[in-house]
Amino acid sequence: MFQRVGKSEASVIISVDGTRVTARAGDTVAAALLAAGLTSTRTTPISGTPRAPYCMMGVCFECLVTIDDVGNRQGCLIPVSEGMRVDTQKGKREAGR
Amino acid sequence: MAMTIQQRDYATPQRRDYDTVVVGGGLLGASIAWGLARGGERVALLDEGDTAIRASRANFALVWVQSKGLGMPEYAGWTIRSSDAWAGFAAEVTDVTGLDVAFERTGGFSLCLSEREVEHRAQTLKRLHNQPGIVDYDAKMMERSEIERMLPAIGPEVVGGSFCPLDGHVNSLRLLRALHTGLAKLGAHYLPDHRVDAIAQRAGGFALMTGAGEVRAAKVVLAAGNANMTLAPMVGLKAPMRPERGQIIVTERLQPFLKHPVVTVRQTDEGTVMIGDSKEEGITPEGTNMGIAAVEADRALRMFPVLKTVNVVRTWTGVRVMTQDGFPIYDQSETHPGAFVACCHSGVTLAANHALTIAPMIAKGALDLDIVGAFSAKRF
Repeated sequence: MFQRVGKSEASVIISVDGTRVTARAGDTVAAALLAAGLTSTRTTPISGTPRAPYCMMGVCFECLVTIDDVGNRQGCLIPVSEGMRVDTQKGKREAGR
Repeated sequence: MAMTIQQRDYATPQRRDYDTVVVGGGLLGASIAWGLARGGERVALLDEGDTAIRASRANFALVWVQSKGLGMPEYAGWTIRSSDAWAGFAAEVTDVTGLDVAFERTGGFSLCLSEREVEHRAQTLKRLHNQPGIVDYDAKMMERSEIERMLPAIGPEVVGGSFCPLDGHVNSLRLLRALHTGLAKLGAHYLPDHRVDAIAQRAGGFALMTGAGEVRAAKVVLAAGNANMTLAPMVGLKAPMRPERGQIIVTERLQPFLKHPVVTVRQTDEGTVMIGDSKEEGITPEGTNMGIAAVEADRALRMFPVLKTVNVVRTWTGVRVMTQDGFPIYDQSETHPGAFVACCHSGVTLAANHALTIAPMIAKGALDLDIVGAFSAKRF
């Protein structure tokens, strides 16, 4: 759905639900997931409907994902780093994760 | 051709007389109005506006038995009666409104973080149960190992606690919404922005003067929380109150991990964790106190260390409706027949009683003193 603009910068390898994904240095997690072609990055806590990053500036909380075993993190505010483990979140966060 | 659009105007309802007017649109007033309307009465429910200080929107939502009644054994029996009636009441609310208020009677805990707290808790339960005339109910002390089987998330500092199988909880915000939804279906008139300034006795009943006009009814029920203090004397009753501030912390939604409510920590049906139970007297309702929130959070973390990394999404302050001695008041006026007053702290726990026991008495025109005689304000 999304295409990169500008020339390629240094790449960063992260894992998304266990799959190896190549992101660009300086990407936020949310940008990397959208660039990798994900159309949904979580499901909502009550009705379980799919959601994806929306505002990309820390306001809407639609981009919540689990990063390095910590749930409910705002993907649009956190830059990718080498070896980062990102998991899409199904519904509510787990206590202790 | 010009068209006139008929607007529904709540500020000037059609002048009509009611069988009963209930003052106060919170859980207490709405529960009593529910009971009256389901019994066929023409009911008006007067309320303040959205900015009213409203315990019904700031409470902890427990349907709670353990600890109730120390100093007044009748209060324990009254609480158990409501706890027993709650499942049926919740089913009726769902039946009328289609809304599930998430009532669960899972049994609940009070947790202790030191041997001293265990001893104090055990003594409290013993004193409660040793009172003459108490309805003996099953609340018992538990060892840590036994608690851990039911609440696997407890931390190492939890040394013991008490458990009562009658305890439970509900979604109290949805309960308030459901009662109001149901009242409309049952034909009751909800009149917001009708703060009562004066009550006059008239032939055949009462006239209530409000900023939005006069409302007349044969009977009047004062269920306005701490404001009953000023309303009750208008109809020859008294309601000595001492408002008390409480503070609550709410976390983000989590997968279910807490199967039983604890008196200070519970997980709601929608996943948030509520942490609360602070008490402050004589303070204004505005603002939160960080010192108190810190103590609440610290105790909750020691009980459930898994909360350590959880995000807090809200903290709030509410004002408890509290009578001078903490026990409910149900009373009827001798000088103004047809006027009743109801005050209680536990508008959630006692909602079933208010709809199913108190309302039918009011419909008949007199409280049944065999059941609620102990709660007269004459005790003050």
